[in-house]
Amino acid sequence: MKARVYVSLKSTVLDPQGQTIRAALNSHGYRDISDVRQGKYFEIALDPATTREKAHQDIDTIARDVLTNPVIEEFRIEFLD
Amino acid sequence: MKFGVVVFPGSNCDHDAWYAVRENLGEEAEFIWHDSRRLGAVDAVILPGGFAYGDYLRCGAIAKFSPVMEAVKRFAADGGLVLGICNGFQILVEAGLLPGALVRNAGLKFVCREVLLRTETAESPFTGAAAAGQVLRIPVAHGEGCYVADERTLDELEAEGRVVFRYIDNPNGSVRDIAGVLNAARNVIGMMPHPERASDPLMGSTDGLLIFRSMVSALAHA
Repeated sequence: MKARVYVSLKSTVLDPQGQTIRAALNSHGYRDISDVRQGKYFEIALDPATTREKAHQDIDTIARDVLTNPVIEEFRIEFLD
Repeated sequence: MKFGVVVFPGSNCDHDAWYAVRENLGEEAEFIWHDSRRLGAVDAVILPGGFAYGDYLRCGAIAKFSPVMEAVKRFAADGGLVLGICNGFQILVEAGLLPGALVRNAGLKFVCREVLLRTETAESPFTGAAAAGQVLRIPVAHGEGCYVADERTLDELEAEGRVVFRYIDNPNGSVRDIAGVLNAARNVIGMMPHPERASDPLMGSTDGLLIFRSMVSALAHA
């Protein structure tokens, strides 16, 4: 089983890297790009013997306590069998 | 007085802090390794600047799980003085000992220069030797020093006089020009500028010493 965790800055937090990328794209001719937000992506492999329930519980806790700082970031999890 | 300077893998201002305490302040200092579960007989703790654990994941994110941080949390809960400088500040917010977070500088550049700080309160063990409003010249050196927190937290910090230093010319986009904050009990401080780099006359400013002197005086009267 694999889990994918997508971490992004909360919409209220300034993302100067995203803004710089957006400006670069615009000046490159991609004038339709109105916003870019940069985030992080984690691919986590779990032991095949792990139960679905435990995997969901653990990955949720890990995403909350380790992979993100709740003051500035939010996350989304996907599971792949 | 004995200052404990925590050394994480990747700390790079640990020796500067040690030097400032020993040579410029004239007090005792010893290093505390990050996997130590005890702080030993120290009167105050310094979390120095640097890039603990390579700043992997987020600045301070891995350091907060170090064995030594459990001891630092107990020390802080018992009222011990904890000074987090730069990366040390980032570790303290990640560990939940201080509110808010530190993110990438608004200008994206690593900023390394002297800044002017306004001392917003003298009512703390770290600024007791200063006058409220006193301007200090202390260098910053960071890429992720932009302080952020939600509005409610910021209002609370201001109302309780816990914004301890403010930038006069904000170098990193920090909200409300915040350069340093205190915890609610006022015994833990985090600041992005480096007082240990402004403690020796050779460095051009000794304003940073005022923070260490305040700590010594607070400990003497405790």
